[in-house]
Amino acid sequence: MSTDHDMLDVTVQRGTADHVHHDRFQVPARDNQTVLDVVTWIQQMADPTLSYRFACRVGMCGSCAMMVNGVPRWTCRTHVSRVAGDGRLDIAPLRNLPVIKDLATDMDPFFGKWVAAEARHHPTRGRLEEFDPIKPDAPDRAEANLGIECINCGICYAACDTVAGNPDYLGPAALQRAWTLLNDSRDADRPGILAAVSGKGGCHNCHSMGSCAQYCPNGLNPMRAIAGLKRETVKAALRGKRDA
Amino acid sequence: MLDLRLYMAQRLSALVMAPLVLGHIAVMIYAIQGGLSTAEILGRTQGSLLWFLFYGTFVIAVSIHAAIGVRVIAHEWLRLRGVALSVLTWGICAALLALGLSAVFAVTLP
Repeated sequence: MSTDHDMLDVTVQRGTADHVHHDRFQVPARDNQTVLDVVTWIQQMADPTLSYRFACRVGMCGSCAMMVNGVPRWTCRTHVSRVAGDGRLDIAPLRNLPVIKDLATDMDPFFGKWVAAEARHHPTRGRLEEFDPIKPDAPDRAEANLGIECINCGICYAACDTVAGNPDYLGPAALQRAWTLLNDSRDADRPGILAAVSGKGGCHNCHSMGSCAQYCPNGLNPMRAIAGLKRETVKAALRGKRDA
Repeated sequence: MLDLRLYMAQRLSALVMAPLVLGHIAVMIYAIQGGLSTAEILGRTQGSLLWFLFYGTFVIAVSIHAAIGVRVIAHEWLRLRGVALSVLTWGICAALLALGLSAVFAVTLP
């Protein structure tokens, strides 16, 4: 419990899923300090056994996402002054994912669900054929563009209460990618995508609570994408183009 | 835990329920305004195909809608899955159907 403005009182979740405990560290407060700076200081200066993950430090790679005071955030783009007015920080690994150790989570289930959602490109043409011309202002392209800045950081997945309650649910990121591909004229497997997002863990489980849109650091709106998938799957089913 | 089929069943049952709920509320308000007696109400409903279809449809839609809704809550909050979840879903659907339809038959059969 720090009352010293020069020091931050930082609680860090440690250990693996079987053995979780919490360590407290006193970290010097700096001007323009990010949460990732704090975690790095702890590992460099206080406890070299602390495990965490980061790469670019500028909000491009999406690898440093953690729970900061209970909220999923990119730690590299989160200034301490914005989230720890009282000088206290509570840092934990991303929610809804298995913990490997300390602050590093196993992202396998997250990326596995991208594959399960058919959120991968299905080419229409070979490399010797002409490019498919894409008009930037076409309505389907505009819809796809809304979701293509996703960098797979997993923050929406950690924020999603439906994922927390239903581990089979594919989650906002995978479904949003499926939606961008569904709107991409270069993608050849529209029925495959619609079938993949219609299963028991599919888009229809979304309760539209909107945590994904609220916490996405890139300002994307996966909830809108999932609503689009619900609409298109229902339309396809009503047209009888695929088995319901 | 919803797939497309359950999702559509729940949405379509809601679509059916919406006007019926309004009709049901209107009937309730009308019935108590003038102080209709039980005999007067039964006099209008017994033998009426219209009221049988109105409340029969209502009961079927409610049974489907509620069973799927409770199924989702039971899965996400009580971690029920597999056979237990199916038994709960169909059990709630069957119970609501039995209770509702027995009431409908009681007031509409001549």
